[in-house]
Amino acid sequence: MNFSEVFKQSNQLCKVSPDGKYLATCVQYRLVVRDVSTLQILQLYTCLDQISHMDWSSDSLFILCAMYKRGLVQVWSLEQPDWHCKIDEGSIGLVSSRWSPDGRHILNTTEFHLRVTVWSLCTKAVSYIKYPKACSKGIDFSRDGCYMALAERRDCKDYVSVFVCDDWHLLRHFETETQDLAGLEWSPNGCVLAVWDSCLEYKVLLYSLDGRLLSTYSAYEWSLGVKSVTWSPSSQFLAIGSYDEKVRILNHITWKKITQFEHPSTINNTKAVVYKEVERRPVVSDDLSLHNITVGTTLFNTQSKYEICPLPVQIPVVKPDPDRANPKIGISSLAFSADGRYLATKNGGFQVQSLSWHCTGDSLILLGKEQLCLCYMETEQEDK
Amino acid sequence: MGEWWTTVPIESSLGNFDISSISHATMSPSKQNNLLSMYSSLSLSKSSYSVISAFCTEDNIPQCISYINQELASLGLSSTCIEASSPGAAGLNPVPALNATYELLQIHRRTMCSLEELEREQLKKSSTLEHVQMNNSRLKDQLELSIREKSGLHEMERQLQLKIKTLQSCLKTEKDEVQKLQNIIASRASQYSHDAKRKERETAKLKERLSQLLVDRKDKKLAIDVLNCLGRSDGKRSHWKTAKAAASHEGEMYKSLLSDYEASQRSLMLENAELKKVLQQMKKEMIHVLSPRQPSIRGATADDSQEQADSDLEDRAGDSSRGSLDKSCEHAREQLTNSIRQQWRKLRNHMERLDSQASQVQNQLESNKDVISRETHEDEMERMRREVQQCKEFIDAQQQLLQQLNTSFDDETAALLNDCYTLEEKERLKEEWRLFEEQKRNFERERTNFTEAAIRLGREKKAFEEDRASWLKNQFLNMTPFTDRRRCSSSDGQSALSIRSEPEMRMSSSKVQLPKSSTYTSFSTPKPAPSATVPSTTELYRTLRLIPDPSSTRHSSHGRWHESSTIEDGESQVKAKSRLRCGDLSIFSLGEDENSLT
Repeated sequence: MNFSEVFKQSNQLCKVSPDGKYLATCVQYRLVVRDVSTLQILQLYTCLDQISHMDWSSDSLFILCAMYKRGLVQVWSLEQPDWHCKIDEGSIGLVSSRWSPDGRHILNTTEFHLRVTVWSLCTKAVSYIKYPKACSKGIDFSRDGCYMALAERRDCKDYVSVFVCDDWHLLRHFETETQDLAGLEWSPNGCVLAVWDSCLEYKVLLYSLDGRLLSTYSAYEWSLGVKSVTWSPSSQFLAIGSYDEKVRILNHITWKKITQFEHPSTINNTKAVVYKEVERRPVVSDDLSLHNITVGTTLFNTQSKYEICPLPVQIPVVKPDPDRANPKIGISSLAFSADGRYLATKNGGFQVQSLSWHCTGDSLILLGKEQLCLCYMETEQEDK
Repeated sequence: MGEWWTTVPIESSLGNFDISSISHATMSPSKQNNLLSMYSSLSLSKSSYSVISAFCTEDNIPQCISYINQELASLGLSSTCIEASSPGAAGLNPVPALNATYELLQIHRRTMCSLEELEREQLKKSSTLEHVQMNNSRLKDQLELSIREKSGLHEMERQLQLKIKTLQSCLKTEKDEVQKLQNIIASRASQYSHDAKRKERETAKLKERLSQLLVDRKDKKLAIDVLNCLGRSDGKRSHWKTAKAAASHEGEMYKSLLSDYEASQRSLMLENAELKKVLQQMKKEMIHVLSPRQPSIRGATADDSQEQADSDLEDRAGDSSRGSLDKSCEHAREQLTNSIRQQWRKLRNHMERLDSQASQVQNQLESNKDVISRETHEDEMERMRREVQQCKEFIDAQQQLLQQLNTSFDDETAALLNDCYTLEEKERLKEEWRLFEEQKRNFERERTNFTEAAIRLGREKKAFEEDRASWLKNQFLNMTPFTDRRRCSSSDGQSALSIRSEPEMRMSSSKVQLPKSSTYTSFSTPKPAPSATVPSTTELYRTLRLIPDPSSTRHSSHGRWHESSTIEDGESQVKAKSRLRCGDLSIFSLGEDENSLT
């Protein structure tokens, strides 16, 4: 594996454009756009303050740079470098800023989640959405970019509003049966909205596009509940990772659990292959309970290699402090491969920041704090 | 006591008299009859007078007196002898008699007293005995009762212990659960507190901001500052928000939902159809499996009816599946599942029956064949074991022998043996060397012959060439075809022939001359039209060794081989010579090769 030279960036703001041609990085208050293949600097923009958030528009023509402290958003164009756009939220402050799927509207969430302001770059019009909910995932766009689901909270009750992204017309507004809505996610086919409660209650609700409640799922009571939720790419399965270190899979026809995966600290399953990275210094890192992983690659600057551990394998588990809130146990991230064959899960407090699959579904990349791991799956066995 | 005394004397005196009368009976036999009669009279009557009078009569007073004195003396009383008042008188001296009587009375009284006491004692003792016995039995009963109670209590105690154990375990589980719940509560509490703190911080910030805003009042207007408006990404104009737009949005939403539902319904229908097919197939197969059994187990009619029913079902199912009524579909589905369940149950029962039968049969078989099979098995095993043993022994023996062979000789004998072997080899080698030498000599001889022959050949060739040249000249000069010339040539040919025949005769002596003679013959026939006297082609070829002539070829090839084999001796000259010869005998080279090839 070859690595390029190191480029400076701040705030981990470094994104490749959706069409894969450009790479944008932020260095303090500057925005640098490079060509992906040659890594030559194509454009250089200067913002008014340190950039807190940066994002590409869906058509890769524009980049927004948000400066939360100043309450400013600046939008830059790649085609016309002298085109500029500045959105000032004023005294109301700015907490988050994002593009709409069509790449022509910007949604700003103001401070204290007072409202969501929708700025149109086409018409310079503004719309407001009141009472957005301050939760981990309060806004989600459907994959085709037609609809947006927004979580709201009024009078100590949770609501979901469905907007049509074309003209921000409010399509549906319904109350959800959650105690404290923590997140929502559209299914990839855009017909079902999964809504889950905060970790104090295990509850996953499924609403259809028109706001009807299709089903409720609750695995157990009282203990800490849902930690992460993800859809399979075909919308057939919904994987729910919870604090009890189990992943439960629901099917889209009956919305009942079809299977559940455990993450025991001792791996005894004869079908599992456990790779352990062995370095010169005896540090065990990146041990995940993946299903059917095969060859991994070695890092290029440390002398390490992967050896297959004989079963049973005891995974080192660090028991988190139970007195603290949001304990580092449970399934924190889930990812289906692109063909829906594999599900990668991260359990416990391992230092894996993200796991994402290659679009062909054959390899998985794990990003740790200091390490990177690529796993290739062998496509010999037919696995569901 | 007094009254008792009064009544007793009569009886006691009677008793005493009994005793005394009996004793008297033994003492004085003279009065036996009297005593006996007295005794019998005593037994009949209980009057004291008659008794007293029986003992002492008027006659025997002195004997009685002496007897009574004796008795008194024997009793240990003071010797108050009773004496007669006067000798021979019928009366007694009253004083000693009264004293004696008094003493006797005293004695009697004393005995009476002691008897009374004894009786009292006895009564007392018997009463205490009774009392004690009663106590004893009562205590025994009590003891038994208490033992029973004890066992009962033991039992109760055991049960209570068990209960305690179960309760303890329950308590433990409850405690665990309580602990778990407490943990949950604790985590929830921490989560709540965390959230609450977060909210509080937020409200604090809000308050701060609010106060700041109220103070500042420098409202920064929110605005967007764009250089120029962008076009929409899809190039369309933006629309007004109208009711029609809203309706169209709704319509679109429902369309997308419907399409999704339709897609899923389609896939479900496909799946359903497949599953139905599978079920039908299963049912058919089950029927098929059961039907050959059915005539044996049930009547054929039942079978037919079954089949009929099934076919009916199938028909109905087919009809309903083709039909569009939901109810009949459901009905058909139910019927299908029911029939499959029925079939499955039948199949299962059948299998169970078969299983039991099979196990029975197997048991029978086992019981029958058990002994035999085991016996044969055992025999086989024995045989194999023996064989194995034999083989092992054999192997051991062989190994031993081998070892003996290798190491049983001590060094001397080993050396000797080795020597023997080497000697044999030496002999052989010598033999071979001898042969080799002989062959070498032969070869030398042949070589010399060959060289001589070659030299001769060369000379003859030269001569021949000259001859030929002269002949040609002659021929040229005498171009006319004269028969004499031909005859000359034929005579030449004949002479050649004769020359040829000569070396044939000489073949045995010198093998190598053949080639030269054949050259001669070959060179002698350059004429276009071969004459009759000219040797035929086959003969020529034979002599040229183009056709394998057994003897010659062998010899020649042998000669060649010999020549080639002597290269190792370093006689390269010979080789060169042979090579030269090869070169000279250009015609022969082809022949040689051919021969060598053959």
